[in-house]
Amino acid sequence: MDTSRYWSGLALALLITGAAVGLAILSNKAHAGEAEDRKGLEIAQEIDRRDLGFGDSKTEMEMVLTNRTGESSTRKLRLETLEVPDPDMGDKSLTVFAHPGDIKGTAFLSFTKILEPDDQWLYLPALKRVKRISSANKSGPFVGSEFAYEDLTSFEVAKYTYTWLRDEACGELDCFVVERVPQYERSGYSKQIAWVDKGEYRIVKVDFYDRKDTLLKTLESTEWQQYLDQYWRPHRMHMVNHQTGKETVLTFEPYQFREGVNEANFNQSRLARLR
Amino acid sequence: MKRISIKAVSRVCVRWGIGLAALYAGAAMAQEPVVLFGAEAELSGSASTELRLFPESPQFADQDDRRIEPSLAFEPEFRLYWERERLTFIPFFRYDPADHDGRTHGDIRELSLYVERGDWDVTAGLGKVFWGVAESRHLVDIINQADLVENSDEEDKLGQPMVNVNLLRDWGTLGVFILPGFRERTFPGDEARLRGPLPVDTDRPIYESSAEDGHVDAALRYKHVIGDVDLGLSYFHGTSREPELVPSVGSDGRTVLRPRYEIIDQLGLDVQATMDAWLWKLEAIHRSGHGDPFAAAVGGFEYTLFGLTGGAADLGLLAEYHYDGRGRDAPATIFDNDVFLGARLALNDEDATEFLAGVIVDQREGEVLALLEAERRITERWFAELEARFFFNADRGISAVEDDGHILLRLSRYF
Repeated sequence: MDTSRYWSGLALALLITGAAVGLAILSNKAHAGEAEDRKGLEIAQEIDRRDLGFGDSKTEMEMVLTNRTGESSTRKLRLETLEVPDPDMGDKSLTVFAHPGDIKGTAFLSFTKILEPDDQWLYLPALKRVKRISSANKSGPFVGSEFAYEDLTSFEVAKYTYTWLRDEACGELDCFVVERVPQYERSGYSKQIAWVDKGEYRIVKVDFYDRKDTLLKTLESTEWQQYLDQYWRPHRMHMVNHQTGKETVLTFEPYQFREGVNEANFNQSRLARLR
Repeated sequence: MKRISIKAVSRVCVRWGIGLAALYAGAAMAQEPVVLFGAEAELSGSASTELRLFPESPQFADQDDRRIEPSLAFEPEFRLYWERERLTFIPFFRYDPADHDGRTHGDIRELSLYVERGDWDVTAGLGKVFWGVAESRHLVDIINQADLVENSDEEDKLGQPMVNVNLLRDWGTLGVFILPGFRERTFPGDEARLRGPLPVDTDRPIYESSAEDGHVDAALRYKHVIGDVDLGLSYFHGTSREPELVPSVGSDGRTVLRPRYEIIDQLGLDVQATMDAWLWKLEAIHRSGHGDPFAAAVGGFEYTLFGLTGGAADLGLLAEYHYDGRGRDAPATIFDNDVFLGARLALNDEDATEFLAGVIVDQREGEVLALLEAERRITERWFAELEARFFFNADRGISAVEDDGHILLRLSRYF
């Protein structure tokens, strides 16, 4: 008897058994036990809890869009966020473009809701016109970038359902891997897989799956800094679209927390006078 | 004493603007934020070149018959930002060799001081505001005079002298406007395209008020958001921005039209309901002062198909109906009983490519205005726009512009 054939046959059998067991475990996870759902939700609640009470923040952001052939274009904008303490309401955000020149002074005001459509206004400086716009374009690209509007709105627990999948290393950190499924209407995603670091509950990586459940994009958030001894913010966010090869990198100036954000400016009638 | 004309002030300010721009450019070479009078200074703006192509010969013998009309425009924007105050200066100048009397002109779009204090703010100086929600006619918008030589769509405006105080309260925003001084509407010159059968004699306006263009107008504006509904109410008392055109004998014995500006009272309402992908819009006014009081309205919707065919592009479908009940004593309008149908395509790409196509059809006379607009970023500094406007069944009366259909190409350089 050829012993080498015997051993390779056994190895193959073991491999097949192992794969079958693995598949069984995976499919079990896909059906999501209650415990996994509860753990997933608890992780999301902890992320939210750790970000409570920041009050307001402002920063400046540079956005670099790169296409498959390596051509790139840049946007610069100012970002102000006002925390709304009511857990049933999302935060308010104000975005004012500084570059390129043709959209300089254009401003975007958004009141995030949880499951209902957000309230959004756009200010067009050439006409001095403030327009209430439909927020049904959640899955649409933000200024031609790989970030959809829904990727940039504030994180609110009730926007998704959660399932904890597993724990695994993510770079130098230990992470929870959590699947989240959007519950709001008109999302462009069937699901997102998020890597949350166990120490500080920061979302360091997200895989986005399109409506056909195919991997669409990956977001990696790095260069984290902690503010007011509590609030972590990434200063680099890198989104790659696997289907088109396009990329968008966001880089942020240091944030200012609780310094001079005027609450009255988060008002559609002020929008026309911001610049 | 001779009143200081805004035109003269414009001229001086344009010169000063260019001087300041040069000064700033020198300072900015240092690549650091420029600080002037304790404020952060910012210079931006655009210079653009425009080409208007008229495929047909003009209708009237004295009109310039060149088919290709190039022109240049320059609009620097100079701002000083203090902590909660801001000084804005935006002069504008266009040079159009085909129309020295009309389209070649300068204006101060803005020269104002803005002071912001928590829940109130004040703007004083020459400024610009926009009211309303509709796309095809801006009925409620009344503060600024139309700079008609810039574009026949009346969307370009002249700077208006104003003191504007706004109060932001839980029950809405209340704006009070005191408007000392009136700006006359600009009209294409005698030899220019896009004028009616008779030239408009802008040197001899007629005013109802004995104060003429010195009449102090006033307006109130209330804005509030109630859930999905954005509501605006407005009241205006003062010189009508729309002139009636009165036939008269010109200095050279020809028949001309003199603009006649009456004192009017106008109540305005503008409402938009934003429901998912539907925007429902209504603007309505009631005006008295030109003969019998009348009402006018424009209403309709904009419905957007987001992510067209699974991609990033959005297609918006627009429909608006116009009604205007004005009588013969009021300034004529083309929007008495019209329907606007349009489509807006936004590709949502890196270059912000957008198209808008539409028609305005007069229900009674059968006049048609067809328009197409396209725009796209070329580089981070250059931006291109195309506008086409053609008129059909428009060879009668004041709207005798049938042969003035044109294509406009604009290339802008932002700095």
